[in-house]
Amino acid sequence: MPAPIRLRELIRTIRTARTQAEEREMIQKECAAIRSSFREEDNTYRCRNVAKLLYMHMLGYPAHFGQLECLKLIASQKFTDKRIGYLGAMLLLDERQDVHLLMTNCIKNDLNHSTQYVQGLALCTLGCMGSSEMCRDLAGEVEKLLKTSNSYLRKKAALCAVHVIRKVPELMEMFLPATKNLLNEKNHGVLHTSVVLLTEMCERSPDMLAHFRKVRQLSSSQLVPQLVRILKNLIMSGYSPEHDVSGISDPFLQVRILRLLRILGRNDDDSSEAMNDILAQVATNTETSKNVGNAILYETVLTIMDIKSESGLRVLAINILGRFLLNNDKNIRYVALTSLLKTVQTDHNAVQRHRSTIVDCLKDLDVSIKRRAMELSFALVNGNNVRGMMKELLYFLDSCEPEFKADCASGIFLAAEKYAPSKRWHIDTIMRVLTTAGSYVRDDAVPNLIQLITNSVEMHAYTVQRLYKAILGDYSQQPLVQVASWCIGEYGDLLVSGQCEEEEPIQVTEDEVLDILESVLISNMSASVTRGYALTAIMKLSTRFTCTVNRIKKVVSIYGSSIDVELQQRAVEYNALFKKYDHMRPALLERMPVMEKVTTNGPTEIVQTNGETEPAVLETKPPPSGLQPASQANDLLDLLGGSDITPVIPTAPTNKPASAGGELLDLLGDLNLTGSPVSAPAPQIAQPPFLLDGLSSQPLFNDIAAGIPSITAYNKNGLKIDFTFERSNTNPSVTVITIQASNSTELDMTDFVFQAAVPKTFQLQLLSPSSSVIPAFNSGTITQVIKVLNPQKQQLRMRIKLTYNHKGSAMQDLAEVNNFPPQSWQ
Amino acid sequence: QIHFILLFSRQGKLRLQKWYTTLPDKEKKKIIREIVQIVLSRNQKTSSFVDWKDLKLVYKRYASLYFCCAIEDQDNELLTLEVVHRYVELLDRYFGNVCELDIIFNFEKAYFILDEFIVGGEVQETSKRSPVKAIEDSDMLQETVEEYMNKPAF
Repeated sequence: MPAPIRLRELIRTIRTARTQAEEREMIQKECAAIRSSFREEDNTYRCRNVAKLLYMHMLGYPAHFGQLECLKLIASQKFTDKRIGYLGAMLLLDERQDVHLLMTNCIKNDLNHSTQYVQGLALCTLGCMGSSEMCRDLAGEVEKLLKTSNSYLRKKAALCAVHVIRKVPELMEMFLPATKNLLNEKNHGVLHTSVVLLTEMCERSPDMLAHFRKVRQLSSSQLVPQLVRILKNLIMSGYSPEHDVSGISDPFLQVRILRLLRILGRNDDDSSEAMNDILAQVATNTETSKNVGNAILYETVLTIMDIKSESGLRVLAINILGRFLLNNDKNIRYVALTSLLKTVQTDHNAVQRHRSTIVDCLKDLDVSIKRRAMELSFALVNGNNVRGMMKELLYFLDSCEPEFKADCASGIFLAAEKYAPSKRWHIDTIMRVLTTAGSYVRDDAVPNLIQLITNSVEMHAYTVQRLYKAILGDYSQQPLVQVASWCIGEYGDLLVSGQCEEEEPIQVTEDEVLDILESVLISNMSASVTRGYALTAIMKLSTRFTCTVNRIKKVVSIYGSSIDVELQQRAVEYNALFKKYDHMRPALLERMPVMEKVTTNGPTEIVQTNGETEPAVLETKPPPSGLQPASQANDLLDLLGGSDITPVIPTAPTNKPASAGGELLDLLGDLNLTGSPVSAPAPQIAQPPFLLDGLSSQPLFNDIAAGIPSITAYNKNGLKIDFTFERSNTNPSVTVITIQASNSTELDMTDFVFQAAVPKTFQLQLLSPSSSVIPAFNSGTITQVIKVLNPQKQQLRMRIKLTYNHKGSAMQDLAEVNNFPPQSWQ
Repeated sequence: QIHFILLFSRQGKLRLQKWYTTLPDKEKKKIIREIVQIVLSRNQKTSSFVDWKDLKLVYKRYASLYFCCAIEDQDNELLTLEVVHRYVELLDRYFGNVCELDIIFNFEKAYFILDEFIVGGEVQETSKRSPVKAIEDSDMLQETVEEYMNKPAF
């Protein structure tokens, strides 16, 4: 068996592959060779093979079959093997692998190895990817090494301890004693890692934090002064080639110390006091020409802003950030904006001073910088600078990337709402946003805007004119079109009458307005919701326009057969409004009142006080004939108190008035963007199929029936109901009752509904009443026909329910009719 | 804490991947693809920082190699640039005028050097000399010299 090819050889070979397929072939061949070599348990070349495997793994090929081999390498006595073995473990044996824990024993042994480089490998591996169980098992070893005098090992042990604490926070306590004299080291590696360890402990545990603030360290000084001293030495010390970076000594350590100081000084006056001087010193003396100096300044600023520093220091910090903003280096500008964003709430005035620089950053080419500048700009808008800031932000909205537009638009709306200097300015700003970024505006902005516009009563004419002009040219931006449609629907009359005061009124005819609304309806670009807005707007104009009502009627009726169910339903209902309920149309389509604003974010809740009539939400669609009568019947079943009653099935029209307080369209439902449908009763006659068919062609009356005496079934509160009877000459089981309702009071009774229920053995049919209004002073009656089928010839009993409106209140009464003359049923 | 470090070429070929958090293999591959794409599409005029998920990416190009670190929100980006720079300096000190080919043919050394500089996502040694000396000493401990020469030619 020839020796497996060398690692570099393999790399060279693979790199000659010209295609992905060629490479894959080479890899597969080599993997096969490696596999058989593993099977042979070859100790000599295991290391070489695993190394090759790791290379192929980096190229993206699977290498899991090498996992156990890594374990074997780690367990080997040869350093070369261990080196590759631990590398392989870190790449292939993370804690999600089953065999991960098998490493524990090897690592434990190696932590106690005589060669520090072996110990180092073990510490590194444990510190990079040890699982929680492994950490628990080996924490003791780590703690031991934390106390060694070997700085090479000590620094690694410190970071290992950090990892253990991250994985198993409960173990933090056990490392506390060892931290006592960590900072007495001269070795920078140990110092650095010790500071990291202390930082981790303080961040995780308030108790630890308190402990470190107070307790006396080994060399009789507290932690903060000790850190301050170390930092000072770094700054003041001479050139140290080993740690120097562009004239600054060990910037890494300086930054870590500053960060730990931040944690110690936060919310603690004493600690903050102790570090004031050194912070001022670092802030003023650090060289700013290179990135490294700025890195330190940056950390210093963050610390100053986070602790209880005196105001002079804070101003100094903000000014540093201000200088950063002017730096040519975009990285510096970037961190400056990030920091300013964090401090703008607490140090608002100081940040305001740099407003113009921040605004300039809106024009930066870097996307992240632009975003931060935008956020910061919004945070800085106030009553004084709103006009200028909005101008910049609107310009930004115009030219920025699409990913910003939605946030920017929302931000502008919010700021405009808070600080608008005048209503006209506010409307103009909204218009500007809608026209420049109309398609990016969030959906919930539309109802908010509409509410805003409604409330600016004196601006209605101006608003609708501007909106009209805006969509004339382009009606593709949905939110814009929605707002415009709604406004045109509401204020179309102002538009055509040319009443605008704010600017030159335009000449628009009713037809032109309808043209644009119809274009919106037809356009492929219009969303379903938008079409709904347009259709409703057209409908509203039927009460505001004078010459084009027929055109409107036509449009509405066309959409009665639209494929879009939402549109179809609206059109059908509006149609009904024209036909059957024309008398209600003006009231329903009246101008909206000023709306109460409930929330700032969601669609506004509309107060339902439109006109004098009370809108009621009806069933969305006219139910199939069986349904509504059934619900009526259920009510009546109660009347007769038992199951011996058959449901009454009156004809549908008589039901409709009963189901609602009034038959009114809920136009206010328009503003709910889920498109809850506006409903209206659809006239419908439903004939119960079974009853009285036999009678339809037969004369109902005969002479005998004419002789049946009539009765007064009900007489109360001025309402009198008389029953007159007729018997069918063809079907002796049928009795036809004609009721007559009269009103002796001085006021009309409106919305009158008569309902009846009979015992189970009977069947009943109610035909349509003549009207629903009983005029006062007995000046008229409502008549209604009831047909009763009484096949068993039982005594006729009936319970009736009356509902009507009288003197402004709803009246209701139940009564039993027992005085049927025998001739009516025998 | 650094969450991971990636080295890749201008064509998007991975040269080194060091993960300091545990993730499934599939997830790692996805992340690498995503980040390589983000970084390679950035132009010259942008900053070296990218907001990515809940982390910050700090990247810098040295000749034909991109060095990319993912750090946490509270970490100092400017200092991370210094960390990256220090790593390149260490590689340079070890290999002598380091170039991408060195990293390709001696990837395991690149890992060893990194592991002497950073452990568990934190810097362990701030001296310029120390990490390199440790590697050189370790090299001397190796039993088979033939294939692990100090600075192999290719």
